[in-house]
Amino acid sequence: MTARTTILSLPREEYVHPGNRACTGCGLGIAYRIGLKALGPDTIVIVPPSCLTVLQGLFPVASTKLPSLNVTFASTAAAATGVLEALKAQGREHTKVVAWAGDGGTADIGIQSLSGACERGDDFLFLCYDNEGYMNTGVQRSGTTPQGAITANTPLKGKMQQKKDVAAIMTAHGIDYVATASAAYPLDLYDKIRKAISLKGVKYIHIHTPCPPGWGYDTRYTVKIGELAVETGYWDLYEVEKGEFRLTGASAGTLKKGTRKPVKEYLQAQSRFRIMSPEQATDVQARVDAKWSTYASGEGC
Amino acid sequence: MHIIETGNVAAALGVQLAGVQVVAAYPITPQTPLTEKLSELIEAGEMDARYVPVESEHSALAVCIGASSAGARAFTATSANGLLYMHEQVHWAAGARLPIVMCVANRAVGAPWNIWNDHQDSISQRDTGWIQIYSCDHQQIIDDTLKAFRVAETTSIPVMVCYDGYLLSHTYMPFAVPEQEMVARFLPPFHPSYALDPDAPANLNTVTLPEIRMDVHGEMAHGYMEIRYLLQEDLRNAVQVVEETDAAFQELFGRGGVPLVEPYRCDDAEYVVVAMGSLTYQLWDVIDALRTEGHKVGVLGVRLYRPFPDAAVAAALQGARGVFVMEKALSYGYEGALCSDLKSALYDHLPDKSRAPFVKGLVAGIGGREIKTVDLTDALRSGLAGSIPGPGWIGIRL
Repeated sequence: MTARTTILSLPREEYVHPGNRACTGCGLGIAYRIGLKALGPDTIVIVPPSCLTVLQGLFPVASTKLPSLNVTFASTAAAATGVLEALKAQGREHTKVVAWAGDGGTADIGIQSLSGACERGDDFLFLCYDNEGYMNTGVQRSGTTPQGAITANTPLKGKMQQKKDVAAIMTAHGIDYVATASAAYPLDLYDKIRKAISLKGVKYIHIHTPCPPGWGYDTRYTVKIGELAVETGYWDLYEVEKGEFRLTGASAGTLKKGTRKPVKEYLQAQSRFRIMSPEQATDVQARVDAKWSTYASGEGC
Repeated sequence: MHIIETGNVAAALGVQLAGVQVVAAYPITPQTPLTEKLSELIEAGEMDARYVPVESEHSALAVCIGASSAGARAFTATSANGLLYMHEQVHWAAGARLPIVMCVANRAVGAPWNIWNDHQDSISQRDTGWIQIYSCDHQQIIDDTLKAFRVAETTSIPVMVCYDGYLLSHTYMPFAVPEQEMVARFLPPFHPSYALDPDAPANLNTVTLPEIRMDVHGEMAHGYMEIRYLLQEDLRNAVQVVEETDAAFQELFGRGGVPLVEPYRCDDAEYVVVAMGSLTYQLWDVIDALRTEGHKVGVLGVRLYRPFPDAAVAAALQGARGVFVMEKALSYGYEGALCSDLKSALYDHLPDKSRAPFVKGLVAGIGGREIKTVDLTDALRSGLAGSIPGPGWIGIRL
């Protein structure tokens, strides 16, 4: 395996201008900045409507130094295929095509075109930044909103259903590379993107992206919240490379250590889980424990 | 070279000759033989293009949008509900000013399901900002497909080439296939003014405000309204581009000459029947028969529907006492869209409105209901006598 990237070996070149329109403390802001460093200058980015559309600026001002194509909500992966095929037709295969979509644009309205691209084996990287809801439209529930979370359209009882496991769905497509990551672990994300772009076909990385206004915590705690999700085992960092499952970074460390922080530390730090009962929190802990016992037995996801 | 083939194959050969680089399509009857032919040509190495077998029509146009934004010549085709499923993307392609060409093998829309011909699918896309051409026979299908790329790339506006499902898509007719070397003279390679390029990065289709706004160099940039105004202005000017393109085609290939409207025996006609698509030529026979009975009648085929050639339509109808607009589509709750458009054109262009002809809208062939020449003749004979029995839906049996 290639050497891990460190804060010192990270490229100095910035592709996202400072002063962009991301909210204060935006997890996407971290992931996008680091992600574009990993992708480098020879890249075209495809973006459906989402927080990233706003971050990228309002016409005629752009906050990203890479060419970017804004497309309709359901069509991200198909539009990426179109750009890719045009580049092939023109002999410009060296340029990387990368889709950056939110969880709605990936797990809900975007999943059909994404699934189609996976089945066809189109050669691009799809990154989902998962802030666990429709944050750009005012925090409504999405397929990846976790159970128990208060949102604008689950306002009193919280979301009743489980979070959709998009990485598992993508793994079931049999693509060569699926990974999870977190905005709180940018170097782990950086290395995964570097690895992904060295492989063929659709590559998929699902980034847990804390969101201060949507999750209900102070803007300075974005990294802390992301770390708590991983330290409690609620969110895991892993990769599935050609079918081989492997925990990475902090999650690999957690498995080795054999102990995790209690999940309630993560839940209690966010006001979106404020109406969760102790019984519900115990259920969440039990599910997390069950997941980690499969990791411990070496079964993977 | 003349061949005998279907309308779908005529379209496919037009796409092949046009040097399309990216084709994306999803199967729907009656478009399927067109895209089957293209996949065959591409797999056999007879056409140097990428074929993307997408999982939906929404994605078919998305692939074309991506490919065109990156500077490739892109094509798709569909029918009926496939076109409706694309609708958001149809708007998007025009707003993004992408010169995509799409063939529509016209078919009725559900519900209830019906796979046969009418024009409801493409007429319901008329307000999207696309150019719409209606081909009346196989020769026009292949020629219009070639012209469509030149018009689209000249105007940066996408073009729909519409032809009747089954009646044209699946019937065999003789037509001339242009020589590749001649096509190269007519249609040069696609060089867009901007294509996605890391060496010249731009953020395309980004959020645009209601008001004009200063860029980082201190220049004022358009607001959304200015961008949309320019689309409208360029679409209106596209009437002339369609005419010029047809003239250039005619000079090279010796065919064409009716890019906007096609009048038949209209010069001294007191009554004119207006139609689009294959019905136009069927009406020629009807008019010939009525002429032998002494009726001064003519046919006006509308070939370009958007932008609407209002001046040409009004000029062709000037002097007529009555107009019958025969349509395979409706703006439900009112009347046929072509009928409304035609009335507007007359109102705008006739110098003496007191002498405006009466305009009677007729509906025919909805969902593939057979349009019998005898029914058409009977209906028009009644119309000329002053009254059309029933609701004006030709052949309806309630």
